[in-house]
Amino acid sequence: MPQQQQATTDVLVLGGGPAGAWAAWSAASQGAKVILADKGYLGTSGATAPGGTTLLVIPPVAELREQAVQDRLKAGGYLSENAWIHRVLDQVEQNLQLVEEWGYPFPKDEDGRPLRTHLHGPEYMKIMRRVVRKAGVRIWDQSPALELLHDQHGVGGARGINRLTGESWEVKANAVIMATGGCAFLSKGLGCNVLTGEGLLMSAEAGAELSGMEFTRQYAPSFADGTVTRGRMLAWATLYDAAGRPLHRGDRTFGSIPELMLKGPVYASLDLADTKEKQEFLRNAHPIFFMPLERAGINPFKDKFLLTLRYEGTMRGTGGLRLTGPGCETSVPGLYAAGDAASREKVTGAISGGGAYNASWAICSGSWAGRSAARLALQQPHPAERRMLRAAGRYGMPAGAGTARTLDAKPLIAAVQQEILPLRINYFRSEPVVAAALQRLNRLMPELGGQVPATVQGIVQSREAAAMLNVGRWIYTAALARKESRGLQRLAEYPALDPHQTHRLILSGVNTIGIRTESVPHAHELRIPGEERAI
Amino acid sequence: MIEVISADRCIECNQCVSVCPTNVFDRADNGIPVIARQSDCQTCFMCELYCPVDALYVAPDSEGITGITEAELEEQGLLGGYREKVGWGKGRQPVASHDFMVKLAARAGF
Ligand SMILES: Cc1cc2nc3c(=O)[nH]c(=O)nc-3n(C[C@H](O)[C@H](O)[C@H](O)COP(=O)(O)OP(=O)(O)OC[C@H]3O[C@@H](n4cnc5c(N)ncnc54)[C@H](O)[C@@H]3O)c2cc1C
Ligand code: SF4
Ligand code: SF4
Repeated sequence: MPQQQQATTDVLVLGGGPAGAWAAWSAASQGAKVILADKGYLGTSGATAPGGTTLLVIPPVAELREQAVQDRLKAGGYLSENAWIHRVLDQVEQNLQLVEEWGYPFPKDEDGRPLRTHLHGPEYMKIMRRVVRKAGVRIWDQSPALELLHDQHGVGGARGINRLTGESWEVKANAVIMATGGCAFLSKGLGCNVLTGEGLLMSAEAGAELSGMEFTRQYAPSFADGTVTRGRMLAWATLYDAAGRPLHRGDRTFGSIPELMLKGPVYASLDLADTKEKQEFLRNAHPIFFMPLERAGINPFKDKFLLTLRYEGTMRGTGGLRLTGPGCETSVPGLYAAGDAASREKVTGAISGGGAYNASWAICSGSWAGRSAARLALQQPHPAERRMLRAAGRYGMPAGAGTARTLDAKPLIAAVQQEILPLRINYFRSEPVVAAALQRLNRLMPELGGQVPATVQGIVQSREAAAMLNVGRWIYTAALARKESRGLQRLAEYPALDPHQTHRLILSGVNTIGIRTESVPHAHELRIPGEERAI
Repeated sequence: MIEVISADRCIECNQCVSVCPTNVFDRADNGIPVIARQSDCQTCFMCELYCPVDALYVAPDSEGITGITEAELEEQGLLGGYREKVGWGKGRQPVASHDFMVKLAARAGF
C-alpha cells in the first residue's frame, strides 16, 4: 500500500449516513475534535440519501405516545423497551426542529405549522453535510474503514483506505462510533450497495457482541429492471400473474409477494390510481419511484411491470451491534454504535424498523452516541496517540493471509449471495435448509485466508466479502437458535410464538460463534420472564 | 447503470468522481472523468443530481447495459430530467418543500 495518512482525534465516526452525520455533529457540539470517514460520500451514500424517509413523530400528547409504545411492544413480540421509544419520540422532535433551522424546507399546514414527517434524502443529507462541516468535523469521503485499532482499554481508532488516492489511513481516537449502516449483501436496492457489513465484522473482531441477527427475513419489492424499493407505492397496485389474471389488489399487497412468487412471476400495475389527478399527484410526490419506470418506457398506471424482491438483510431487518447503555455504548469500551449498524430491537422489537422507526432511530442514536463518545474522549487520561494500539482486523485482510492462493472476492461474494439472497432459503426458513446453507457458508471461511490483491478494489472488496460471509453466518446461526416464529423470524418447524423465548439472542465471535440469551424488561407482560442462560 | 457522460456538456468539475458512493468514476488528468467500473454502479442516480450541467445519464436497469447514446438522450430530452423533477438547480423549487409526501402518507394510511 502507498504511504499513510495519519491523524489523532477525540472521536472517530465511521459512516456518513444520517446516523454518522448526527453522531459527528453531536460530538463536535460537545467540543470534541471529530473525523468522519465514509466509504462513499456524506450526502449521497447509504440507504437514506437517494430516496427519503418517513419519520416516527408523534405529537407530545401522553395518550397518543403511550398508545404507539404499547402497539409497538405487542407488534415487536415484547422485545422492545418502552423507555427507549419514549426517548426517541422526545429526541427526534428536538432534532427535526434543528433540521428546519438549518434550512430544510418542511412544508406547512393551513395554520402555518411545519409538517415534519418526511425527509427527502438528497435534500436532507446535503444539509447534514453542510452542518457537519460547519461544526468543524473533518470529513473524509471515499475512505472506507477496514479495521479497528484496540488495546487492553478497548477500541482506540481505525484504519482504512482512500479509494481515490489509494493511500491507507490510520486514525487514533479514544472513542469510535460505528455508523456504517446495515448489511444488504449487494442486492442492488436503492443506495444499499455500500452496505456490506464491514462495521459489524470489524466490531466483532474487536470483541463486540451482536443482537437480533435472526430478525432479518426482510425483502422489499422493486421493479425487476430497476433498483427502487418503495413497496408502499404498491398500495395503488393490482398484482397480476403471467397470464394477466389479477392476484391481489390494493393496500399492502406486497406482504404476500414471496408466496405469490413461488407460483410464478408477479407483475404490478398502479391501476388503482385511476384518475389523471391521482396519477399526477403520485408522480410529483415520488420522482425516484416513477423516473426509472418512465425511463424504461413503462407507463406504470397502465402497463404491467415485472416485480422482484431485493434482500435487505440487517438494513430494513433489525439486528446489529448490541447496545449496552443509554449512550449507545457497545460491549467494548470506546466503541459506540448508531443507526442501522446497531441492533434496533430496543425500539422495534422483533419487527422491521423500516417505514418510520429506523429513520428516527438513526437521528437519535447518532445524537446520543456522539454525545457520550465525546464525553468519554474528552475525559480520557490516556491520549490516544500514546496508547499501544494494535490492528484488530483479520478476515479478508492482508494480515490474516494464511495460504499462497489469491483471495478472489467476486466469486466468493457470489457464493455468499447464493446462500443468502434466495427466498427459498432465507425467507421460507426451515431448519434443514438453513442449516445446510450455514454449513456451506462455514466451508467458505478458509477462502478468507487467501492473499489480498494489492489494489484498492482488491483490498476493499476482500473485506466486503469477508464481512458479508460472516454477517450471513451470524444471521443463520441466530435463525437456527430461535426455535419459534416472532416478528421477522420464522422457522417452518415452529410456526408459533413461544413465550419462553421472549429474550434476545446475543452472538459474539467470528470463527467460533458464541450465543447466549439476554432478558428483556417487558417479557413478563407477555407471560413468564425468560432467564438469562447460555445455549 | 451509468451509461453516458456527455463530452459536450461536461465541464470537468469531477463532482461525479467525488460523490459516487460506489466509486464508479476515475478522474482523468486531462479531460472528462472515465466510467471505470460500470458494473459497480448501484443505479442510485446521485451523480445525475450532483452534476451541475446535466451531463450524466443513468439507465434504470442495474444489471444490463441498454447502449443508449448521447444523441438519443438529447433527442428525447432525457438529460437532466431527474434533477428537474427533484427541483434542484437555479430557480427551481425543491420537491422537499411540497406537501406531497405528507398527503401521500395521509391517503395511503401509513
Ligand atoms: C428505499 C428505502 C426507503 C426507506 N424508507 C424508510 C422510511 O420511510 N422510514 C424509515 O424509518 N426508514 C426507511 N428506510 C431505512 C433508513 O433509510 C435507514 O434506516 C437509515 O438510512 C439508517 O441510517 P444509517 O446512517 O445508519 O445508515 P445509512 O444511511 O445506510 O448510511 C451508512 C453509511 O455508512 C457508510 N459505510 C459503509 N461501510 C463503511 C465502511 N467500511 N467505512 C466507512 N463508511 C462505511 C456508507 O457509505 C453509508 O454512507 C429506508 C431505506 C431504503 C433503502
Ligand atoms: S459532475 Fe458533470 S460536469 Fe462534473 S465532471 Fe462529472 S459529468 Fe462532468
Ligand atoms: S448512479 Fe450512483 S452508483 Fe451509479 S455512477 Fe451514479 S452515483 Fe455512482
